[in-house]
Amino acid sequence: MSVIVFADTRGAKVAKSALETLTYGRKLANKEGTTLTLATFGDAPADRLAALDANKVTVARNIGDADNQQLARFVADVAAKEGAKWVICSHDDTGKAVAPRVAARLKAGEVAGATTLPNEQGHIKRNVFSGKAQAWVELKTPVKVVSLLPNSIPVEAAQGTATVEEFTGDTGTAKVTVKEVRKAGEGIPLPEAEIVVSAGRGMKGPENWGLVEELAKELHAATACSRPVSDMDWRPHHEHVGQTGLAIRPNLYIAIGISGAIQHLAGVNGSKVICVINNDPEAPFFKAADYGIVGDAFQVLPKLIEAAKKLNAEK
Amino acid sequence: MKILVLISHVPDTTARIAFTNDNTAYDANGVQFIVNPYDEWYALVRALELKEAQGGSVTTITVGGAATEPTIRKALAIGADDAVRVDAEPKDGHDVAVQVAAYAKDKGFDLVLAGKETIDHNGSQVGPMVAELLELPFISLAAKLDVAGGKATAERDVRGDVEVVECALPLVVSCAKGMAEQRIPNMRGIMAARTKPLQVVPAVASEALSTSVKFELPPPKQAVKLIPAEEAGKLIELLHTEAKVI
Repeated sequence: MSVIVFADTRGAKVAKSALETLTYGRKLANKEGTTLTLATFGDAPADRLAALDANKVTVARNIGDADNQQLARFVADVAAKEGAKWVICSHDDTGKAVAPRVAARLKAGEVAGATTLPNEQGHIKRNVFSGKAQAWVELKTPVKVVSLLPNSIPVEAAQGTATVEEFTGDTGTAKVTVKEVRKAGEGIPLPEAEIVVSAGRGMKGPENWGLVEELAKELHAATACSRPVSDMDWRPHHEHVGQTGLAIRPNLYIAIGISGAIQHLAGVNGSKVICVINNDPEAPFFKAADYGIVGDAFQVLPKLIEAAKKLNAEK
Repeated sequence: MKILVLISHVPDTTARIAFTNDNTAYDANGVQFIVNPYDEWYALVRALELKEAQGGSVTTITVGGAATEPTIRKALAIGADDAVRVDAEPKDGHDVAVQVAAYAKDKGFDLVLAGKETIDHNGSQVGPMVAELLELPFISLAAKLDVAGGKATAERDVRGDVEVVECALPLVVSCAKGMAEQRIPNMRGIMAARTKPLQVVPAVASEALSTSVKFELPPPKQAVKLIPAEEAGKLIELLHTEAKVI
């Protein structure tokens, strides 16, 4: 019996979401009095993997993230070998596809987008109705799969001395292949951003986004927008946050010239702190905000940029 | 090309969220139900565009009781050719996937499209589970999808980049923003939908692997702290010293 964590360890450094799943897995393993095995893939150097907080690391060197069928076979195989009771993934772009496949493959119950560890009854909390409510979920199966919503638990990074072994099982050939990756450029990717500066129709036109971008730059934030703004092609659609766009949960969300329709709130209500800047004091967004400024964006933004510059100089 | 689109019946995006029976069940009393927006705007409309360009058929499938039929008729009014309703209340994501896979198996669908998630349970489970149960490849979060020469090409917005992936048919795809524009059904579509085939099939045996045992509403938000516009710079200070987020 053990706890398996499946995480993406590629890239310049191990992603925060991967470290979160390891923290979650470690806490579960301690509770169950068992060991933690990390199942990962790709080219991360063995010494980096050994330093992660796992008892054992199994790395599949020859599979990528494009084919979730291969990844699910790999994870299910490791889970079977280790006699896993829990399989933990991140609820990120890869984990969202792999976790349900693993659950179906193992006929295991799954909590998708968990925000807590199991409580005393073994129930796990997750967001439902686009963050407008939460549900406690009971898993009835001997093997349980959890995909952990990013930014739900703090990372407690411990120095590990894991044994690293290479996975030699058969996962078939990749049916989905990557033809091309178009890099988005310099900015911080929106789903991973801790601070997001977002703007709506109140900015009056795409030519005015310089102010939004400047504030984002000073705060080391990603930029986002409301649905009308992406529908009018003022901004690219991957910046659209809301019910039908991207759901994000940064530490700080600053909304400028966005009224705060219920569909927009559904995409941002997981943010820890919300600031709203709007010239309409009746804008519904103020009801969901922690801080607010009633005022004209074109007058308020330069003041914010100036204050942020001052703060950066002091830091 | 034979396309199957998964249609979920969900409360309207603006519906009041409340629970009943000691917070163990969603209170659907007086709530308007709609086609899950991701299933409708992105999966269904793109399926129709592909059919219009290349020929074939678009079938929808929904797991639910008779109360879901107006939602299914809406999907038919938008342009699906026919619909299937698996006659059972969905128990969990896995149960829905088992029902869909049981129907789709041996029907020869080239493409199975789903929205990236539903706006009620938000699990993103059914698409990948159907793929696993049918032993098919799965492309998640597609923002663009094209099919040519027996091959699907999709663009995915992942980690802030755009990833272009390719896969031979058949496969399952989950659809996100960017895929298609919303279509409003016209009167002809609504009339035609009334007589389009809606087949009701019995559910196969399947048990719930997970249960939502209790629902909670988030605690009410504290009143907003307003900062005068002339002193806007103070907001940055408060975010640094009080909220400690910058």
